[in-house]
Amino acid sequence: MSVDGEGQAAEKPRSLLKEIDLRAVAPFVALALLLVLGALTNPNFIGIDNLANVATRSAFVAIIAVGATFVISSGDLDLSVGSMLAFVASLMILFMNSGAIADPHLMLAAAVVFAVFAGAACGLLNGLVTTVGRIEPFIATLGTMGIYRGLTTWLSQGGAITLRSSEIQNIYRPVYFGSFLGLPIPIVCILVVTLIAAFVLYRTRYGRHVVAVGSNRDVARYSGIAVDRVRTIAFIIQGLCVAIAVLLYVPRLGSTSATTGILWELQAITAVVVGGTALKGGAGRVWGTICGAFILELVGNIMLLSNFISEYLIGTIQGSIIIIAMLVQRSLTRKS
Amino acid sequence: METSAEVKRTPVLAARRISKSFNGVQVLFSVNFDLLPGEIHALVGENGAGKSTFVKIMSGFEQPSSGEILLDGKPVRLPANGQAEHLGIVIIHQEFNLAEHLTVTESLFLGREITRFGVLDRKRMRAETRRALDLLGSRIDENAMISSLPVADRQMVEIAKAISKDARVIFMDEPTAVLSKEESGVLFEQVRKLRDQGTSFVFVSHKLDEVLELTDRVTVLRDGQWVKTAPTSMLDGESIAQLMVGRELSSLYPAKREPDVDEEIVLSARGITTGFVRDASFDVRKGEVIGFSGLIGSGRTELMEAVAGLRPRHSGEVTIKGINMSSGDAHAANRAGLAYMTKDRKSKGLLLGSRMAVNLTLQSLDQHGKFGYLSPKSEANALARAMRRFDIRVRDGRVVAGRMSGGNQQKLMLAKVMETEPEIIIIDEPTRGIDVGTKQQIYHFISALARAGKSIVVVSSELQEVIGLCTRVVVMREGRIVGWLEGDEINEQEIMRYSAGLKKVAG
Repeated sequence: MSVDGEGQAAEKPRSLLKEIDLRAVAPFVALALLLVLGALTNPNFIGIDNLANVATRSAFVAIIAVGATFVISSGDLDLSVGSMLAFVASLMILFMNSGAIADPHLMLAAAVVFAVFAGAACGLLNGLVTTVGRIEPFIATLGTMGIYRGLTTWLSQGGAITLRSSEIQNIYRPVYFGSFLGLPIPIVCILVVTLIAAFVLYRTRYGRHVVAVGSNRDVARYSGIAVDRVRTIAFIIQGLCVAIAVLLYVPRLGSTSATTGILWELQAITAVVVGGTALKGGAGRVWGTICGAFILELVGNIMLLSNFISEYLIGTIQGSIIIIAMLVQRSLTRKS
Repeated sequence: METSAEVKRTPVLAARRISKSFNGVQVLFSVNFDLLPGEIHALVGENGAGKSTFVKIMSGFEQPSSGEILLDGKPVRLPANGQAEHLGIVIIHQEFNLAEHLTVTESLFLGREITRFGVLDRKRMRAETRRALDLLGSRIDENAMISSLPVADRQMVEIAKAISKDARVIFMDEPTAVLSKEESGVLFEQVRKLRDQGTSFVFVSHKLDEVLELTDRVTVLRDGQWVKTAPTSMLDGESIAQLMVGRELSSLYPAKREPDVDEEIVLSARGITTGFVRDASFDVRKGEVIGFSGLIGSGRTELMEAVAGLRPRHSGEVTIKGINMSSGDAHAANRAGLAYMTKDRKSKGLLLGSRMAVNLTLQSLDQHGKFGYLSPKSEANALARAMRRFDIRVRDGRVVAGRMSGGNQQKLMLAKVMETEPEIIIIDEPTRGIDVGTKQQIYHFISALARAGKSIVVVSSELQEVIGLCTRVVVMREGRIVGWLEGDEINEQEIMRYSAGLKKVAG
């Protein structure tokens, strides 16, 4: 033992350098490079206002992507998040429009609770279809994606669903536009959600189970872990994160339509993958995910501020980013 | 010694001083082998004697570390990945290589379809398939879907496939493992027919009765060494079994200690039946080391997984320390004090991409914090304790499990299971693929646990291990418990007789 210990101490400097996980660092390096690039293209870019603006706008995708980190870490995939957001937001607005509770504060509080439960229920449905129904998560959530989207279209009758009570609107608006200790509330939200998520993933029994289930379901099963329950809870966490995104989304415009949240599942998955989480499960990186969401929003912002590339190509660029991220991730894996 | 008549014929395939090492572990030691034209040659040996490796080398799937292979008396280097089929050397694998949704004809010509002007020539392929099946005297419809065929017919299709490739040498690895007695009989008849037409067979089997019935000569391997080649007519089941095992017991094992007859029964399994296991019953006493022996595929792992709740059982009862366990509830069995340690450490035992601490505590996270919170300090303490207790030697505690040696992985897995503080530990293949020094350590851990009052079930395909460790040995064969051995009865010949089906307890 003692001999081993000494050998370890002597070799520490070399092994420490060698053991820095390139995959964990890569997204932050990419973020730094983007910031430099942005500063070079437009001097306004690096200003606090612009960056705060970018971060605020990334809030929806970032928070959804935190949930996606759990689902993907446990070896599953959820394609329904964009539709789920539209559906839950529509339900929430319709609930507030119903006028069931007269007092606007109470009404809003009830609507918040309602949205959280609706999101959790949507996540539970995804989880049950995948685990109890034994359907590939790709197919299961492709199905629920259609279901949630279709229900939204039906609820809005093809048009828009708008929050009617101006009273509630006035109370609710600051949740997106206001700030707390000088930080815009959406940014505070991202930080709080990510802190909680990081704690759950890295410091709790459940988080350890997620990683085990995602790395190797058989090992997890043979270790006495209830694999299906862990997977289902990950889907519920995803639903809760969508609900939190809804709570930020509704005060922003006060309305939803059939096209709300379209392709956000792509952005969320891109953020997760860019952040260094392995798509095949087993390695979740919550802070990397947030970094990935910022990168996506920054790229769009740089394109807007610069004049080399048309902003209509944003989708193309984001699509390319996910492919490049996968290639980088794989080449880093091979090296280590 | 070979007779003079045999020496005159040139072997179609021969091995000269073939050796093979994997990662510095030598598994074959200078093996010689001759396969004559038109003979059925049995290759027998214990599990781990090197049969599979030898077959892989002789069919080109592995290259020998040294030695040479002769084809028709001329040295060759067999091409890899099944390309040796072009030389007429075909291997029929234990698991079938047939795609279920193809027809018989399509599977026969998979990857070497006959075309005319770039279009599949179905007519010719069908005719050729019919010819191959007729040659075997088989009535299988060439247009039938593989999925509709019984296993015996699928085996026949594999052989027809070999024939249609003009095979001169056919390796059959446990071809009758999935066949009934009648189906085996039909297969043997066809094999003999082909032999009479000049095809040579290498027949790898554990079933000594079949070896005696079918083959012309027998080659015995033991611990990677060639032991004997002799005409089958000069041998009987007993003598083959003796050649396969005959080896001395070393001081690898700690002294055995019999539990008192009136010790309480901590684990009781009654009439366990699963998909394969039939009506298996056994009891384990406190402080006992009981062994489960048998050939690979005899149902030992399936039985143990059913007992541990990792696999549902169709019928039967499991009682742990007086508590009745419901079927398929691994968590309850674990809580009641039973732990199962898998033989498959790479795919079922350890998270290869995770560090030691994560693996160690995975099964016992409840101990490391309250309300689901995990205390890194508590986990680190557990790791330090386990590394000391099980002598896990790594340079750096942060190493991922996949980079550790097999022996250290095995110790880590044992440590992981012991973290749950079980009273009964089922250890499936305790020393698979690890070096002798670590083996000895693991044997001593097992013995020490038994002395501390734990009960241990050792499932092992290594006869020596079961003999050296256990005070009672159960032998399984084809999903059933066929033998119970105690005291002096626990020896290799006796176990081999039961597991090869030469002997069976009444009832």
